[in-house]
Amino acid sequence: MAKTLFDKVWNAHVVKQLEGGIDVLYIDRHLIHEVTSPQAFSELENRDLPLFRKEKMVATPDHNVPTKDQHLPIKEALSKHQVDTLIANCEKFNVELYGLGHPFQGIVHVIGPELGVTLPGRTMVCGDSHTSTHGAFGAIAFGIGTSQVAQVMASQCLLQAKPKTMRITVDGELGKGVLAKDIILYIISKLTAAGGTGYFVEYAGSAIESLSMEARMTICNMSIEMGARGGMIAPDQTTFDYIEGREFAPQGEAFEEAVAYWKTLKTEEGATFDKEYHFDAADIEPMITYGTNPGMGIKITKEIPTTLGEGNQDSFKKSLNYMGFEAGESLVGKPINHVFIGSCTNSRIEDLRIVADYVKGKQKAQNVSAMIVPGSKQVEKQAKAEGLDKVLEAAGFELREPGCSACLGMNEDKVPAGEYCVSTSNRNFEGRQGPGARTLLASPLVAAITAVEGKIVDITKHLN
Amino acid sequence: MDKFQKVKSTAVPLPIEDIDTDQIIPARFLKATSREGFGDNLFRDWRFNPDNTEKDFVLNDSTYSGKVLVAGRNFGCGSSREHAAWAIHDFGFKVVVSSFFADIFKGNALNNGLLPVQVSDDYLAELIEAIKANPDTEVEVDLEQQVISFNGNQELFEVNAYKKECLLNGYDDIDFLVSIKQEIEAYEQASEVI
Repeated sequence: MAKTLFDKVWNAHVVKQLEGGIDVLYIDRHLIHEVTSPQAFSELENRDLPLFRKEKMVATPDHNVPTKDQHLPIKEALSKHQVDTLIANCEKFNVELYGLGHPFQGIVHVIGPELGVTLPGRTMVCGDSHTSTHGAFGAIAFGIGTSQVAQVMASQCLLQAKPKTMRITVDGELGKGVLAKDIILYIISKLTAAGGTGYFVEYAGSAIESLSMEARMTICNMSIEMGARGGMIAPDQTTFDYIEGREFAPQGEAFEEAVAYWKTLKTEEGATFDKEYHFDAADIEPMITYGTNPGMGIKITKEIPTTLGEGNQDSFKKSLNYMGFEAGESLVGKPINHVFIGSCTNSRIEDLRIVADYVKGKQKAQNVSAMIVPGSKQVEKQAKAEGLDKVLEAAGFELREPGCSACLGMNEDKVPAGEYCVSTSNRNFEGRQGPGARTLLASPLVAAITAVEGKIVDITKHLN
Repeated sequence: MDKFQKVKSTAVPLPIEDIDTDQIIPARFLKATSREGFGDNLFRDWRFNPDNTEKDFVLNDSTYSGKVLVAGRNFGCGSSREHAAWAIHDFGFKVVVSSFFADIFKGNALNNGLLPVQVSDDYLAELIEAIKANPDTEVEVDLEQQVISFNGNQELFEVNAYKKECLLNGYDDIDFLVSIKQEIEAYEQASEVI
């Protein structure tokens, strides 16, 4: 029977099949951070278990770190304790740690790919739902809870029921100003925030193949926002070129051998999926969200719907009420006071270049505070080498140090209650960017234009 | 993990859809390094104003109480934070009933002795209506038989056979995985994992 990309990678990692449809799945790489690992380390200690494969782990603090003055001790006591606990655990268990100040530190889903830890055909997990990002390389990568973090620490395996498969094909050419973020927000708006639950997604089609690795990561990153555990894209020459020469990627002959294997990681002709969707790239326009889950997105040129399909209308009203928007109205012209560019969705060098390219020679609007947080130390270094820092600063943007920052409002980078933020992050949940904060998700280009204009504009007209 | 016993209790209705784990436990309360105490901040921003006064929210309404939380579809979407399951359990709930659960939350709940019971949309609507009509309505959840019932209105629910066994006996996945260490090592040898 013809196999899907997903089947090939999954089947190669099944240690054992149990009754009741559960597989013992081997995990090739385990990424950890300060927030979801301390209780897992404690569990190992409480059970007196050794760490099974420390060499398959990479640790970095990202969620709960300040994005200013990282060379100084962390001021907030609980945050400091959590980061210190990660350091202490990594020392005790001898795990590779890229701590604050280390040239490899950054958001865990940014550093995995840029270090060559993320490779096609690998299984990867992390106690973070955006682990789906790594699927852009043709890896099976998904987020897990802390109990599972402990399981992987103890056995390098997880007990998993094999998910159903879904293929989302996007064919055609993307229009002007349409970025990967718009593709995924468009897809989620069609499938809803629960449309992918129970599935593992493969993204395919000419529009996906035309994307850079960083753009592909943006798409796979948000698979979880429609409920899918993960999303993958078949590796191709774009993938191999990205990986070649990276710190921990296979080198020389080993690289050539790996590429030969990676080339087999494709869905075969005639393979079937449990669900298939087809979209036309020409129908995708710059997107923005208006509600409190990532499925509540619209084309910037369109109005907020008046009902939410078959969903509960009270929940829809609650959401609009929180956002302070009316059903049926357009967002164009709405004043915006905060712009956040960052997160594991859009904090890579290409994202920073898109923003710098647009704002070069312009000024952010007076009413806007614009924060840009690079995804890693390497992204930050590259941005400075290219002079992007100067361009951004001249335009009135504040360039911070790497971390998850205002994506989840865990550190001091928060949006004040009741205020609007156009954000390149992945979640517009109530209070996500701070209690009472109102988030509108969009691409880095839409975010940059919003910062300059101080309000939502119809970018399709604006760019022409 | 504690063994999951049959639950018979009044219930708390929360008929909102797409309740994400950021609502269940906001990120700013994830700074602890132990598993305890998260119940204090369960639904923090729906329960309390910034000045810590209570909001008009079902968990502040003494009319409703119990070990069963009944919520709208797509419960637990978003972040993988297991703290969400810890917070609900720590608050005193043993069961969450919804017509649809997000994957990661469901797995986290099962790993912590919190039973996610997925029912049909119609059954969920009837259950919520019954609780609102009479807050003393008792909900009975029998994991062994995989049956949920209230006022004689029954529905069967699904649960993975392996996870059911774990819940009924208080077994953790980690015990099992450690017990097959030799097979895992054999796999590593055979597959030349990188």
